[in-house]
Amino acid sequence: MPLLLPNRHRGKLIVVEGIDGSGKSTQLSLLSQWLRAQCLAVAFSEWNSSPLVRETTKRGKKKNMFTPVTFSLIHATDFADRLERYIVPLVKAGAVVCADRYAYTAFARDVVRGVSRRWVRNLYRFALRPNLAFYFRVPLEVAIGRILGGRNAIKFYEAGMDMGLSRNVEESFRIFQGRILDEYEAMIQELGFHVIDATGSIEEQQQQMRDIVTRELGDSLRNGVLRAGRGDLDAAQAAPRIL
Amino acid sequence: MLLKQPLEFYSEPLAGVDRAELQGKLIVIEGPDSVGRSTQVARLRTWLEHQGHAVLDTGLARGALAGKGISQAKEGNTLGPITMTLFYATDFADRLENEIVPALRAGFVVLTDRYIFSLMARAIARGEDRAWIERVASFAVVPHAIYYLRAEVRDLVSRVVLGRGAFDHWESGMDMRFGADMHDSFVKYQSRVILALDRMAKRYNFVVIDATKTPDQIFRELQRSIGKLF
Repeated sequence: MPLLLPNRHRGKLIVVEGIDGSGKSTQLSLLSQWLRAQCLAVAFSEWNSSPLVRETTKRGKKKNMFTPVTFSLIHATDFADRLERYIVPLVKAGAVVCADRYAYTAFARDVVRGVSRRWVRNLYRFALRPNLAFYFRVPLEVAIGRILGGRNAIKFYEAGMDMGLSRNVEESFRIFQGRILDEYEAMIQELGFHVIDATGSIEEQQQQMRDIVTRELGDSLRNGVLRAGRGDLDAAQAAPRIL
Repeated sequence: MLLKQPLEFYSEPLAGVDRAELQGKLIVIEGPDSVGRSTQVARLRTWLEHQGHAVLDTGLARGALAGKGISQAKEGNTLGPITMTLFYATDFADRLENEIVPALRAGFVVLTDRYIFSLMARAIARGEDRAWIERVASFAVVPHAIYYLRAEVRDLVSRVVLGRGAFDHWESGMDMRFGADMHDSFVKYQSRVILALDRMAKRYNFVVIDATKTPDQIFRELQRSIGKLF
């Protein structure tokens, strides 16, 4: 049984991965605008955003109820909901779906929290395999600098405080993200990540992404993927739905 | 005998759980919807408490973390089959780690109305991959005994009609539209659940109990068997 199901549909799935502060969301947003400007049907999906699961995740986080297993399972539930209801139907319909984090986030994060690599890889076996997966490689210190500069507080689970790595939030965050970084690095070959040097300028990184998309998906983007006709132009350029 | 051995995990040990600490007994009552499980669980609880055992009873979707979320999700019309399976698995893991394991540590008899087997059978009945869901659920603790109350689907139909008097949307698998109406869908869905449970019986050492016997007969059978665990 292969890890993740091959995408045999008209549409495409592009995902970005990397630790917090690697700049992947900025890059994915620029990429999706570029795709939309070519009149392609583009949709966007974000990790941990299913309305069906939101209340449960909120309850668990507020009361620190999660264990490594339940943390992993609730995120898989969230992912399954987005996949079943949104990602798969849209890819079937011919859209380019851009996902900010994918199953690989769980492969890295949940393993650091203590579930086994084998178990979490099996857990996501129902997922559609992305056509392209970008990994934004950034040194830990650079990512931490970006996070601490841009936000007031690091959240409890984001810092891996549930793991008792350190009582100091910043220190815990540093250890936790460092371990996630190691997991990502170890997955590059296994999962065929396209590695982007996330210390480069925003423009350089975006150019690299666009070059890779053109090289790898160019043909199917020109014909196959759903695109807007003249009459649909307004609809295509309207703000996309985010789930 | 089983009782002298420490409990085991199916294949993925839970972090932070020492099997040797689990001193209680884990007893599972399994079976399809409307087969009469809860009646037996209630009687067994009273009986075990009379014998001086402390009893925790638990069942699907009753956990503090995900129980409420599952019932809310079931009220809507967007719950997909994989999402549902994983939501139930989340609830199960929460109850296992936060209720069942602590109770076993404290020496309780844990009496559970369904376990991973119904969860897996429902997933398989909905067309999900057996190996996938078995591995997902493999962090479960192997129970001391699993009693499978078995009936044919026609028995379940009469129980539903004579009891509640109406078919339930989820018990009929209407999310998958197995048949033209609730009766047809119930028959098809529950047959698939029964088949999936039957196939697990040997592999997981179920004690199969004929659920068409009277509740008293079933209770006495359970008493005799459970009595041997102590």
